[in-house]
Amino acid sequence: MKIDIILCGVGGQGILSIASVIAEAALKNGLYMKQAEVHGMSQRGGDVQSNLRISDKPIYSDLIPKGEADVVISLEPMEALRYLPYLSKEGTIVTNSATFENIPDYPQKEEILSQIEKMPSKVIFDVDQVAKEVASARAANIVLLGASIPFLGGISYDMVQQGIRDIFGRKGEAVVEMNLKALAAGKAVADGMK
Amino acid sequence: MSKQLLLGDEAIAQAAIDAGLSGVYAYPGTPSTEITEYIQASAEAKERNIHSRWCTNEKTAMEAALGMSFVGKRALVCMKHVGMNVCADAFVNAGMTGVNGGLVVLAADDPSMHSSQNEQDSRFYGKFAMIPIFEPSSQQEAYDMMYDAFEFSERMGEPVLLRVVTRLAHSRAGVVRKAMKPQNEISFPKDPKQFILLPANARVRNRNLIEAQKTFIAESASSTYNKFAEGSDKSLGVIACGIGYNYLMENFREGIPYPVLKISQYPLPVDQIRAMAAACDALLVIEDGQPFVEEQLTGLLEPSVKIKGRLDGTLPRDGELTPDNVGLAFGFKSKSTFTIPSVVQMRPPALCQGCSHRDVYEALNEVVREYADYKVFSDIGCYTLGAMAPFRAIHSCVDMGASITMAKGAADGGLFPSVAVIGDSTFTHSGMTGLLDCINEKSNVLIIISDNETTAMTGGQDSAGTGKIESICLGLGVEPEHLRVIIPLKKNYEEMKSMIREEINYNGVSVIVPRRECIQTAAKHKKQAAKQ
Ligand SMILES: Cc1ncc(C[n+]2csc(CCOP(=O)(O)OP(=O)(O)O)c2C)c(N)n1
Ligand code: SF4
Repeated sequence: MKIDIILCGVGGQGILSIASVIAEAALKNGLYMKQAEVHGMSQRGGDVQSNLRISDKPIYSDLIPKGEADVVISLEPMEALRYLPYLSKEGTIVTNSATFENIPDYPQKEEILSQIEKMPSKVIFDVDQVAKEVASARAANIVLLGASIPFLGGISYDMVQQGIRDIFGRKGEAVVEMNLKALAAGKAVADGMK
Repeated sequence: MSKQLLLGDEAIAQAAIDAGLSGVYAYPGTPSTEITEYIQASAEAKERNIHSRWCTNEKTAMEAALGMSFVGKRALVCMKHVGMNVCADAFVNAGMTGVNGGLVVLAADDPSMHSSQNEQDSRFYGKFAMIPIFEPSSQQEAYDMMYDAFEFSERMGEPVLLRVVTRLAHSRAGVVRKAMKPQNEISFPKDPKQFILLPANARVRNRNLIEAQKTFIAESASSTYNKFAEGSDKSLGVIACGIGYNYLMENFREGIPYPVLKISQYPLPVDQIRAMAAACDALLVIEDGQPFVEEQLTGLLEPSVKIKGRLDGTLPRDGELTPDNVGLAFGFKSKSTFTIPSVVQMRPPALCQGCSHRDVYEALNEVVREYADYKVFSDIGCYTLGAMAPFRAIHSCVDMGASITMAKGAADGGLFPSVAVIGDSTFTHSGMTGLLDCINEKSNVLIIISDNETTAMTGGQDSAGTGKIESICLGLGVEPEHLRVIIPLKKNYEEMKSMIREEINYNGVSVIVPRRECIQTAAKHKKQAAKQ
C-alpha cells in the first residue's frame, strides 16, 4: 500500500495537526511515513502545505512527485487549486468551501468553486459550518480529516480515531471527545456524497 | 527501541543528547531552530544539565562551543546557512586549532530560499576549513551521523560539519534511537600550544591539517554512509549527494540500471569516483544546493570525462532538487495531469494584524514622505515584511545588522534623511557594533529599534537584549536626549510622528525605541500564565 497526501491551507488554520494525526496512525500501524512541512515565513497568513507520504515499503523522497498525490486535503478552496499539478489523474480533492480572504486581489468565490466543480473527483462542503454545528470552530481541521477518510487508502477510520486519542489525549478527555465528534461529522458528509 | 516520529531537526537534537552532549550553542534561524528548541524542552537534557540557552549570534555560539570542546566536553553549534558567514572567523580557525571534546557544527541550508536571502551551500565552508563534512540523506541517517559524530570528531581531532537542507530538517519520519552515552569528564588539551594560534604554532597546525586530509579521505572511502552500487548500464554513472540520493531512488523505485555512488561524507572519496569515471561513459552529479561536487570533479577527473549536473543544464542551476527535476534529468516525463487555474492568486505572508511593526511603519511613512530624498534601510526579521503593500516602507534588507551600517554609509555619502529600522534581536546580534561606528563619527542617522521583546521571525525565541536596549545604547554613547522610547499604538501616533520628525532633524545619531510585545508571543505568554 502507498498513499501520497497533500495537505494545504493558510497559515494558522491547523493543517499540521491533521498531518500529525494521520502520521501517528500510520506509525502505530507499522507503516513507513514521511511528512515534509513548511515552517518560517509562510506562517504569517501565507499559504502553507505539507506533503504526507505513507507506505508499507521504505519511502525515499520527502516530496511527492507531480501527478502522484492520491488526495489533496485543503482547508481553503483557492489553496486546493494551487496544488492541482501534484494530484494524480484519479486523485480526489477534499476541500473546505469557505474562503479565507486575506489578500486584496482574492478572486471571486464562484470562480474558484466552479474550478473545483470541474474536477473529476472531489468532496467540497463548508467545513467551518459543520465544525461549528457539531463541535467547535477550532475543530474544522478534524472535520476535514473525517471527510478525507474514504480516500486515505489503508488508513482506516479506527486507525484515525486512535490517532486522535494519541495526539489529543494529553489535552484531556473533553478535547478528545470533541475531536472524535468532529471526525465523525466529517466522515458522515463524505459518506453522504458517495 | 521503537520508532519515534521526529523532524530531521529533532532527530539530530535527540542524537546529540544520546551521544553525550554537554552544550548546544545556537542563534535561531530557519530551518535549524527546532534543534535547540527540542533540547531546551527535553527532560533528559535537563537531567544531564545540558547547556541550551540561545546565544547572541552565531559567532558567540561557535566560540562558546569551542571553549566547551577545549575542556573536553561535547558541544554542538547550530545555525542556518547564513549564520556560517557570521561565525566564519571562529569556524575556520577552529579547523586550525582542532578540538579536544567532540565538536559538531550543524549548518541548515535552504535551497530555493523558502525563508532566506540566499542559497549558499555550507559544504564550501567545510572544505574551506579543511574539515570532514557529513550530509545525511534521511532522518535516520541524520540521527546515526550525529550519534557518531562526536566520537569521530574526537578521533580526528577536528570539528565536523553536519550539513542538512530544509527538506530534511523540516520533514518527519520514524527514527530509531540508540542507547545513551555518558557525557565527557572535564579534560584539557594534551598539547598546551594547540589553541594558541601564533604564526609559529599555526604553521605547524596548518601542516598537520593538510596532512590529515589523507586520513579524512580514507575515512570517506571506507564510510558506510558513502555507498557504491554496481549497475549494468555503464552509459552513465550517478553520484548522488545527501537527499539527492532519495530523489534519484524515487525515480527508480523498481531498481536502477546505472552504477550509483551515494555520497554522504566528505572530503570526496577520490579513488572511488575515479574508478567510476573510468568505467562509465558519463557522470551525473545530483546534489542539493550549489554545484560543490560537480565543480571539484572537473579538477579531479580527466577533461575527457563528460560531467552532467547543474552546470551543464541537466539539472536546474538554482533552486532545490525535487523528484520532478531529477526525473527530468533522466528524460522522464512528468505525470502531472492538472494545471493551476489562472484564478489562483499568490498569498504572500504579511505582518499580523495588531503587530507593533505595523504602527511603526505607518507613522514612519507619514513623516519621511515629507522629505524629498529619504531612504529607509531595514534589516532581517518580521519587520522586513514592511517591504510589502500597503507599507512599501523600506529600501533594503541585506544581512543581519546591515540597516545601521548601510544608513551610516549612505549618510556619509550625503543622503538625508537616512533612516535605519532594525529589530531588537537583530540589534544585539549585529547592530551594536555599527551603532558604535555611528556614534564615533556623530553620523547623521535615525535608528529605529522596533523592539517587540522577542525573536519573532523564527517563532518567538528569547531575545538577548530584552530589558537592556536603552542601557546598551547609552553605554555605547547615544546622547540621552536623543534616545527616545514610545509605545507604538494608534493613540500615540501624533507623538510618535513628532518624535520621528524631531530626531530626523537632529544632526547626529538618534535612536527611537518603539516597544510593544509581539502579539504572537504575548498570546503564548498569556496561555502559559493561565496554565499556572
Ligand atoms: C545570520 C542570520 N542568522 C539568523 C537569521 C534568521 N533570522 C532572520 S530574522 C531573525 C530574528 C529577527 O528578530 P528581531 O530582529 O527581533 O525581529 P522580529 O522578527 O522579532 O520582528 C532571525 C533569527 C538570519 N537571517 N541571518
Ligand atoms: S509574529 Fe509578532 S512580530 Fe511577527 S508579524 Fe506577527 S505580531 Fe508582528
